[in-house]
Amino acid sequence: MSARHLVIGLLLALASASTVWADQRGDAKKQVEFGIQVAQRGLWREAIYRWERAAQIDPTYAAAFNNLAVAYEHEGQLAKAREAYEKALALEPNNALVRQNYDLFKEINDRALQKDGRQL
Amino acid sequence: MTARSRKTVGSFSLALIAALAACTSYTEIPIETPIQPKLDVSAFQRIFIAGFIAGANEDVDANMETVRLLRSQLRNKGIMRVIDADTLPLLEIAKQNSGEATAPPVPDQQAVTPPQPEQDPTKAPVFNDEKDLEPYQHIFANVAYWKRIGEEFQQPLIVTGAVLFAPQQRSGFVQREQEVYDPFGRRSVVPVRTYMERKGFVLRPTFIFIDGRTGETLHTETFREEILYNASQQTPALSSYFELMDRLLPAFLNTLSAQKIKGTRTLLK
Repeated sequence: MSARHLVIGLLLALASASTVWADQRGDAKKQVEFGIQVAQRGLWREAIYRWERAAQIDPTYAAAFNNLAVAYEHEGQLAKAREAYEKALALEPNNALVRQNYDLFKEINDRALQKDGRQL
Repeated sequence: MTARSRKTVGSFSLALIAALAACTSYTEIPIETPIQPKLDVSAFQRIFIAGFIAGANEDVDANMETVRLLRSQLRNKGIMRVIDADTLPLLEIAKQNSGEATAPPVPDQQAVTPPQPEQDPTKAPVFNDEKDLEPYQHIFANVAYWKRIGEEFQQPLIVTGAVLFAPQQRSGFVQREQEVYDPFGRRSVVPVRTYMERKGFVLRPTFIFIDGRTGETLHTETFREEILYNASQQTPALSSYFELMDRLLPAFLNTLSAQKIKGTRTLLK
């Protein structure tokens, strides 16, 4: 096989991989957008389902994890919320909006974890 | 620039704005985070805010005010049935209790008896820090006493503790924002560090939750809040007390019942 064939093959593989990735991101984005619509109507469980699907379809989609964290927070599932925020921040460490959500969450989470006061 | 090129640039700008909007697409949404109560109070139907060890500071009777405030907050929130009874004079009871415990059996007992916190029995002591409260704290561990109180009020959840409300003064550099204008008259705000004398109050309540059936302590929680004003500002002590209590009331109520904390988060696309 000549070098030219190898390069063409690689380019084709790359193009097909990027098409698959674009399809995945497109599907995940649809789930995320639908999740936002239902969350705005107060249907948080449905939103969780949609964002979990989005995160499964595209595990590199930070928005899906961010939204999932917000929904878990709303449902009082604080451990799951922390995990999802941390995943979103790992994917997009410089995303100021995710960071802001996480900082607000931490304030509440720290308060919830403050189970016992100091003994006199 | 021709009409055509202007149109092209305009279209390009619109496309760029649309693309940027798509990249930073987000939605703000209100949420309510439920926080579970710290204490399981399902065994109690009634709650008795019994009273607190508190001194006479700055015209605020921290014992009476704290009892009144907590009872009204619990009533407003409908958290259990609040017992409306006289506030216990815990300071006096603790003093008597201490007297009984250290009653001098021999003439030279005076030499080994720990110093009494207050020499003048007619005057309420002034508490300025935690150490001043220490001589009275044995009352909270007196299981027999609290069991007796519990029996008297049909075995409620008893809330007692100590409230330290004391003035404080502090001086040092503080950062504040100052408006400045540049030569073109444009306004901006810059942080400026200034040396200031400040005074205010510190509130350090300890809430002790006692099982009225057994007299045993179930839970203890301590908070600390402080407020400082410019030294020239005259703020009544009672206003400061309520402002500080207002900050820690949600956490106190969260000990007994689930709370929902309202906030706003950003959903991303």
